[in-house]
Amino acid sequence: MKIAELVQELNLAVRAAKGNLERVVTGGYASDLLSDVLAHSKEGNLWITLQIHQNIVGVASMKDLAGIILVNGREPEPETLEKAETENIPLMVTEMPAFELVGRLYNLGVGGTEE
Amino acid sequence: MRKVRADLHLHTCLSPCADSRMQATAIVERAKKVGLDMIAICDHNSAENAAAVVKAGQRAGLAVIGGMEVTSSEEVHILGLFDTAADLMYMQDMVYENLPGENSEEAFGSQIVIDEWDNVVGKNPRLLIGATTLTVEQIVDSIHRWAGVAIASHVDRERFSLIGQLGFIPQGLDLDALEVSRSCSTVLEYDYPVVTSSDAHFLDDIGRRSTCFMIESASLGEIRKALRREMGRRIAGN
Repeated sequence: MKIAELVQELNLAVRAAKGNLERVVTGGYASDLLSDVLAHSKEGNLWITLQIHQNIVGVASMKDLAGIILVNGREPEPETLEKAETENIPLMVTEMPAFELVGRLYNLGVGGTEE
Repeated sequence: MRKVRADLHLHTCLSPCADSRMQATAIVERAKKVGLDMIAICDHNSAENAAAVVKAGQRAGLAVIGGMEVTSSEEVHILGLFDTAADLMYMQDMVYENLPGENSEEAFGSQIVIDEWDNVVGKNPRLLIGATTLTVEQIVDSIHRWAGVAIASHVDRERFSLIGQLGFIPQGLDLDALEVSRSCSTVLEYDYPVVTSSDAHFLDDIGRRSTCFMIESASLGEIRKALRREMGRRIAGN
């Protein structure tokens, strides 16, 4: 599925890189430890996290992730927003907690890193 | 006994997230200008610029302590301050052996190694922004093994802090102090000395926060005594 379709289906609010939502996601990874995401996420994955620090954009850029969804209504820090725009990394937010969001993503056909 | 104003947590241009102007002579100049008697250099997971700033400090008459800010596997930041360059290098070896990954300048920034005159002598290729595979306990033990002072960084922050990452301070953790980035009430329930530091990544941040010690001289040994309230040494405020 494309990020744009997920945004539509899950009613996500896009906070950065609105012009880069046509990428098809390869799966998802949920973690709040940046080092863990560096080690285990796969290219084209959507990353689900509650971390809002600008380093999340660095991690997403390094791992060539499709985008980041912040859960629990968490808003990115200003530096994070700015960096996400510069690096063209889609940054979405939702009020849903991580467990619920991941469940919904699975229902929409987005699997984990193995698929 | 005299008042020594210390900012024990400064980064240099070696930290990928720090400003490239954070160089040895500029840091020392700025520290003196804002009235600091003592600083400590704590870059992320590396101490390769510490000696340069120590030497620049010796030239200018500013006490500079070499240290590093180590990232645990739980992504908790712990400061280690050391008396000697040799001890600091032992700690750095230990960190390097347990720090996976290579830096991406585009993603995280450059990691510039300088000499005491601010000349660029190289770049550190390691993923200094990353986490080591060491636990908080292992890091604190290692710092003490090499006679260092272990301080949990910015415990009032949500991210990269001992309380933020682990929810509370693990019982029995042998820290010498907690660092806060501003006055905060949450640490008062813990039985550790509290210091305040700037965690400066930019020249203008140096000395924005600092700690006043009543000690005999501006040395790490005296700071250690003050943290333990030994022989009349003490923390005299922020």
